[in-house]
Amino acid sequence: MAQAVVTAGPGELAHGGDPEHYTNTGVSNAKLAIWLFLSSEALFFGAFISTYFLYRGRDAQYLNKGVQNPLTPDRLFNIPFTSITSFVLLMSSLTMVLALAAIQRGDHRRLRIWLLATALFGLTFVGGQVFEFTEFYRHGLHLSTNMFGTTFYVLTGLHGAHVTMGIIWLLILWGRSMGDRLPTEKHEAVEIAGLYWHFVDIVWIFIFTAVYLIPQH
Amino acid sequence: MTTVEDAHALVKAPPLRTRLTQRPRTTTGPFSWITTVDHKKIAIMYGALALFFFLVGGIEALFIRLQLAQPNGTILSAARYNEFFTMHGTTMVFLMGMPLAAAFGNYLVPLMIGARDVAFPRLNMLGFWIFAFGGIFIYSSFGLGGAPNGGWFGYAPLTSTPMSAGLLPGRGVDFWCVGLIMLGIGSVATSVNFLVTILNMRAPGMTMMRMPVFVWMMLVIAFLTLFAMPPVTAALIMVFMDRNFHTNFFNAAAGGDPLVYQNLFWIFGHPEVYILILPGMGIVSEILPVFSRKPLFGYSIVVFSGIAIGFLGWGVWAHHMFASGLGPIAVSAFGLSTMLIAIPTGVKIFNWLGTVWGGAVRLRTPMLFALGFIAQFTIGGLSGVMHSIVPSDTQQTDTYFVVAHFHYVLFGGLVFAIFGGFYYWWPKFFGKMLNEQMGKLNFWLLVIGFNLTFFPMHFLGFEGQPRRTYTYPSGMGWDTMNLLATIGAFIIALGVLVFLVNVIFTARRGEPAPADPWDARTLEWSIPSPPPEYNFATVPIVTHLDDYWHRKYTEDDEGRLVKLPAGAAIDTDAATEAAVDPHSIHMPSPSYWPLVFAMALPIIGYGFVFKNWYLLALGVVWGFFGLNGWAYEPATEPDAGEGH
Amino acid sequence: MLERTNRVRRAAATAAVALAVVVLAGCGDKTGPNNKQNALRPAGPYAHQILNLFTPFFWVAVVIGVGVVGATIYVALRFREKPGEERAVKQTHGNVALEIGWTIIPALILMVMAVPTVATIFSLAKRPTGPNVVHVTVSARQWWWQFTYDDTHIVTANELHIPVGQPVSLTLVGPPPCNSPGCYNNGVIHSFWVPELNGKKDVVPGRTQFLKLKADRPGTFLGQCAEYCGLSHANMRLRVIAQTPADYQAWVQRQLQPLSAAALAQFSKYNQAWTCLACHSDDPKTPGAIAPNLTHVADRCMFAGDIFPTDESHLTDWIYNAPSMKPMQENPKNPLQPKVGMPNFSSVGMTKAQANEIAKFLLSNTATTDQQPPVECRS
Repeated sequence: MAQAVVTAGPGELAHGGDPEHYTNTGVSNAKLAIWLFLSSEALFFGAFISTYFLYRGRDAQYLNKGVQNPLTPDRLFNIPFTSITSFVLLMSSLTMVLALAAIQRGDHRRLRIWLLATALFGLTFVGGQVFEFTEFYRHGLHLSTNMFGTTFYVLTGLHGAHVTMGIIWLLILWGRSMGDRLPTEKHEAVEIAGLYWHFVDIVWIFIFTAVYLIPQH
Repeated sequence: MTTVEDAHALVKAPPLRTRLTQRPRTTTGPFSWITTVDHKKIAIMYGALALFFFLVGGIEALFIRLQLAQPNGTILSAARYNEFFTMHGTTMVFLMGMPLAAAFGNYLVPLMIGARDVAFPRLNMLGFWIFAFGGIFIYSSFGLGGAPNGGWFGYAPLTSTPMSAGLLPGRGVDFWCVGLIMLGIGSVATSVNFLVTILNMRAPGMTMMRMPVFVWMMLVIAFLTLFAMPPVTAALIMVFMDRNFHTNFFNAAAGGDPLVYQNLFWIFGHPEVYILILPGMGIVSEILPVFSRKPLFGYSIVVFSGIAIGFLGWGVWAHHMFASGLGPIAVSAFGLSTMLIAIPTGVKIFNWLGTVWGGAVRLRTPMLFALGFIAQFTIGGLSGVMHSIVPSDTQQTDTYFVVAHFHYVLFGGLVFAIFGGFYYWWPKFFGKMLNEQMGKLNFWLLVIGFNLTFFPMHFLGFEGQPRRTYTYPSGMGWDTMNLLATIGAFIIALGVLVFLVNVIFTARRGEPAPADPWDARTLEWSIPSPPPEYNFATVPIVTHLDDYWHRKYTEDDEGRLVKLPAGAAIDTDAATEAAVDPHSIHMPSPSYWPLVFAMALPIIGYGFVFKNWYLLALGVVWGFFGLNGWAYEPATEPDAGEGH
Repeated sequence: MLERTNRVRRAAATAAVALAVVVLAGCGDKTGPNNKQNALRPAGPYAHQILNLFTPFFWVAVVIGVGVVGATIYVALRFREKPGEERAVKQTHGNVALEIGWTIIPALILMVMAVPTVATIFSLAKRPTGPNVVHVTVSARQWWWQFTYDDTHIVTANELHIPVGQPVSLTLVGPPPCNSPGCYNNGVIHSFWVPELNGKKDVVPGRTQFLKLKADRPGTFLGQCAEYCGLSHANMRLRVIAQTPADYQAWVQRQLQPLSAAALAQFSKYNQAWTCLACHSDDPKTPGAIAPNLTHVADRCMFAGDIFPTDESHLTDWIYNAPSMKPMQENPKNPLQPKVGMPNFSSVGMTKAQANEIAKFLLSNTATTDQQPPVECRS
């Protein structure tokens, strides 16, 4: 029975970004962790998206019945506007990829530019959402108005909250880089933030398609 | 404690604005428990707090049984009874069952796979503090507007109608929703930790199929938790929003469908019961081979049936909804899938019996509990199969029959396995053997009390007694069995008391335990009792399933046990151990930040429950402060490594 | 050494005896008490179908259960290691044939179970058709049951009369939805359960559910709400009274009689003082807004969710201070307390004498038979 004298502590084993650190799967602990977390989040959004689908169209027989100018998606949505903000969010994933590429080749100036760009694009998207929400609210669509109000605001609101947390995360990374505390060896930190960011973007693609693009009567 | 090196470390430290207080350094003494990141200490805290909640939930049960001992009881008012049965279920599932799995998992998984700690020690600590604060948060409701009273399952629209409608008294449900979301966050964090640890940090040679069954079970439930928590979190958010923001998720007038809640809840709820029971099955799979001196019969099948149960568990959820009007096609499908899942479950039972068969059986306390598990879990499983007969289930569901069923699997099963696990691993955790005579008394009191309490309930259910009823009329013929059940409950209480006495007695005058008091099979028994902070002086290289056993024994040509000459295994460890300087082993450093961050959650929680937006904002800011401090702090201090 | 063996044997035997006592205590009378709410005493074809499906598999389960428990005790004792003995145990890792066997055999048993299960599911889901079927709409409220007969439009509460031998098709609904601002009482989930006639079916607000009943013999069959619905879930009982077709028709005719003009006038006077008709109804075909129809309340054996006998003293106490008898709203002034159910009229000035007067009125003017309580209440 061989006994190798290996005195590695878990801190060294778990430290992401160091290619020498052995993990059974070959994926670093931090990266495996974020993938697992995102798979959990996928189900979270899945629950709200399914609920949206289950309740879609109900207002016609219930709270919108007999209402003169019912508050329905086709009367409220501004698809061109939302398409633009969606495109902005999509572009933010591109800038995120560029940010990761920058730190991986040691270009910290570009890293900061692309991180900031991603955050700003994200902020633009959230701003667009806020504008959209206030517009709908002005037209009378509240959480309690009907089923559309409930499911729409909660689903997109939760998504917007996730984007916001992502923006804060990116800005913190940007701040760290500005303070010289995000060296090239720590590129995995950017990669992990990137995974979260791409996830949030993909969820939006689902939401945009399901909620905005599929016609509803 | 402070040396020149420490002073240098302070000088080189990051700027003061990110280090409000000095990072804790001590790993001994009472204060170190608050800041520890050592998985073993965290496990003990999980276990101690979960045991405390077990007692609380048990007292709630005793009150329930006192109220039901006679018809038209007056011990508890209807309102109080409804709070008690809600809290009993909520406590036992979320504050006892899951944390005890986390306790055993936390202590044993790193040891069993030959690791020195889990993948994310501070995240581990966070999981514990979220559990602690979540439990306190939910229980604080008793004095802040009423405890949760919508049942542990909280069906809408009873729970989702705003408080002002008066359908259910008090704001307990708000506490319940927010508290469970909080606990869910902790569970997901802990699951990620276990998954990464098991997948990434096994010792060299420890392939997946050489892992102990207990580790496999923890792997499966970590996946289950990861995927089960989101749907219930969504459901709880919907209930909370319906209650407080007048959304329409379950508002029938708006077209809301209460069954949406039930589907979301049970998509969580059914995997949840496997999350509860699989660690118990893992514990039993560890105990039986040791006390039979034989390997687990059919290791691969036991592992694969655990995985199968994990998968199939996602396809049976609507068997909790057979009476809710799903239609014949849906209930047929779920009835069939429920019958299907009985197969891997049954297979395990036969494999366990096959393990004991032909062995050299030592009927010590852990073994008694494991055997009790087999018998009682089987009975519970059989009543479960009765439930899968859908038309019959429409008579059984929501009656005392199903109360009998799930207590047989969760108490007669899981809790017995947990007690077995306590008696089995106590020497490893604390360096002392629990007293064997008291252990046997503990066991027999529990067996008698448990069966006396819950067996009559099978009959009560068929004879018409529904569950969740604070009283029943006289003249129904239910009086005697209810009284028997109450007596049984107090016998259970006596058994638990004996356990507590045993714990205290052992702490004072317990027999000191060697590294391997049971002649066991897995790696945790190859290190001292209790283990040093770094677990393994030298990371083991694994060549077999039950690697430790194979260092002690081999087989002759007929497969019979042959003991290896003394000094083949244990002494080598001691020698190598002495050769390694513990100070060279770098362990993660203690930290305040998980505690600080965890504190933000109840603040946010109270903000939501009382609609106090200042409190909410304070909590969010506090949370960011905690997260920030955490992120800037390295996992291990560069100057650490004295081995403490 | 021998003493230890004997002690263990004795302990095991004692446990086995204790267990047997518990089991047999329940098995004494194999069908359990005759409490009219016993699923083991079916009184109609649907309940019989369920019990007939269950019984054989129950015994299979008993055999397996006894077998496994017995095997557990057996292996524990048979292979016990004597102290000091060092047995060279054979390290069996498994046995493929055995493992396949004990996977396949349970699967076969389950397959056998599945076939009649699915058949019964579909049989019980089939709606009865034909002129003989009695259609009733059941509306479940906190904490009482409203029954509306679809053909005659009779509205009654908590007590369902049905003709023997004819299928009864129940449509289960919640309360009528309200979506006016501030109105959230769209009801909660209840479950209609009369064990001796059929399994239970949930009543879900917003949904329309189906359940059928049929009694093979006259009699009273008790039921209870079987889905937690708040404070008085335990007090939401009901009864089904199966009568010969002739008796049933007589009952229908009596229910159809409106109250006399004098009685209606008296009702109106009470209504002016206490707003009874804001919640209740005094017309046989009109449901009360949120409370039981009182037109023929005196004909019903029990009231308030079938928990109190319909007699003068109970009715008086109920009208005077209902929440003191059945948990509904403990403190109306407390915003955290519910506002459901019959109010506490004593707290708004009603005297016991006034309550008694109303009770006597209800008992005398709403009864349609001479005998109080009615004949069918005495079984």
